Amino acid sequence: MDWISKFIDSYPVFLKGMLLTFQLTVVAILIGIVIGLFFAFLKISGVKILEWIADLYIFLVRGTPLVVQIFVFYYGLTAFNMSQFWAVVLGLAFHNGAYIAEIFRGAIQSIDKGQMEAGRSLGMTTGLTYRRIILPQALRRAMPPLGNQFIIAIKDSSLAAFIGMYELFNVATTYGSNSFDYMSYLLIVAVYYLILVFIFTMLVRFVEKRMSLSD
Amino acid sequence: MSSSVMVKVEKLNKSFGDLHVLKDIDITVKESDVVCLIGASGSGKSTILRCLNFLEIKDSGNIIIGGEKVEPGTHDINDIRARVGMVFQHFHLFPHMTVIENIVEAPMHVKKVPKEQAYQQAKELLKKVGLSDKENVYPGKLSGGQKQRVAIARALAMKPEVMLFDEPTSALDPELVGEVLTTMKELADEGMTMVVVTHEMGFAKEVADWVVYMHGGRIVEAGPPEEVFNNPKEQRTKEFLDSVL
Ligand SMILES: Nc1ncnc2c1ncn2[C@@H]1O[C@H](COP(=O)(O)OP(=O)(O)OP(=O)(O)O)[C@@H](O)[C@H]1O
Ligand SMILES: [Mg+2]
Repeated sequence: MDWISKFIDSYPVFLKGMLLTFQLTVVAILIGIVIGLFFAFLKISGVKILEWIADLYIFLVRGTPLVVQIFVFYYGLTAFNMSQFWAVVLGLAFHNGAYIAEIFRGAIQSIDKGQMEAGRSLGMTTGLTYRRIILPQALRRAMPPLGNQFIIAIKDSSLAAFIGMYELFNVATTYGSNSFDYMSYLLIVAVYYLILVFIFTMLVRFVEKRMSLSD
Repeated sequence: MSSSVMVKVEKLNKSFGDLHVLKDIDITVKESDVVCLIGASGSGKSTILRCLNFLEIKDSGNIIIGGEKVEPGTHDINDIRARVGMVFQHFHLFPHMTVIENIVEAPMHVKKVPKEQAYQQAKELLKKVGLSDKENVYPGKLSGGQKQRVAIARALAMKPEVMLFDEPTSALDPELVGEVLTTMKELADEGMTMVVVTHEMGFAKEVADWVVYMHGGRIVEAGPPEEVFNNPKEQRTKEFLDSVL
């Protein structure tokens, strides 16, 4: 009962934290999608040097902890007067971009080669065929892993707490240390994360359904 | 009947790495003629069609289309492709588009045909291939034979000067082969110039003006169907025909 009253008392602050978590993640993923598409195209360009650049980027992202990446954006770019929000967003986007690049590359390469040949045989340029034929199909295929990546990003955004942003996790630890009752607030924040992830899972499922209607 | 040459292939050679797939191929296709390419698997039939459509780039030799010698370096290959229709064994329809969207796609985005005109033309083509009722259906809902007829309509929508068919009925259930062959026959009767890779010897006998038998990357024998089928000069051709007839 005590836990429930803590939950009720703290909800305005947690909701604010949840909103911030949501904003961080959505903006980061949107930028990550742009980055991901760009590097996916480098990877399938067939130009060795461009492929190496994409490989290097993916290697750097995979080989270093996300928290380090976020700190680099925050402290490393002080010259640009980077706000906390944008440091976290860019850190998350930089990080997720690598995974999204691999998702897009896989999705594009999973489209039957015949689709490109059919487009080309009709006089379409490679670029036009990508835009009109390959990418629309690849995006559909990328939806499930992309949704998955988004869920990972929601949880990863908790690292923003380490540079002092009051997103969900920081709200929880602050309440925890002020009340000497970490456990209650960690369980509370877990509930908020579960709600966020649940809502988003439903959203992805809805979008997937809408897309598959036309197949 | 005019007998101007629509497609001419001279001394065409093509290798994939060490594999010499086409060896000194010569083929002449006159306007409104149907040329059938026959031969065993791996003899290079598809590669010839793919070279004609520049999906593969020849190593040497000449490809002349509509009197124009085409070189990948100097010609806009997309232009050439728009003049040469291609129908694939596995259809390759665009699964995210309805039947009619499949057909208007290239006219609208390559030739910039106005939407209404493109749709009007697509409807006429669908009528011609007997699929007027499938206009707004997605390809996934069609039978193989219907898919192939849509693919033919899609290629025709670009008003090609010549149509290439690569085993258009090989992926079909036997009972669906007829409808596609009928569509192709009608097309031939209307005077379309066609190059057809096929295992349907009945179709080749009935529709072809010229039959080319290939083996190991070479043309072994070529002639009118009556000659090639009834009176083959080469032992190889006889053996092949015995094995498939
Ligand atoms: N892209 C490629 N890379 C390497 N080898 C290829 C390629 N395309 C075709 N080949 C080879 O070239 C030869 C001729 O192939 P092609 O597809 O033209 O034969 P085909 O006569 O059409 O046979 P099928 O009746 O099986 O379709 C084969 O040995 C094939 O393995
Ligand atoms: Mg073939």
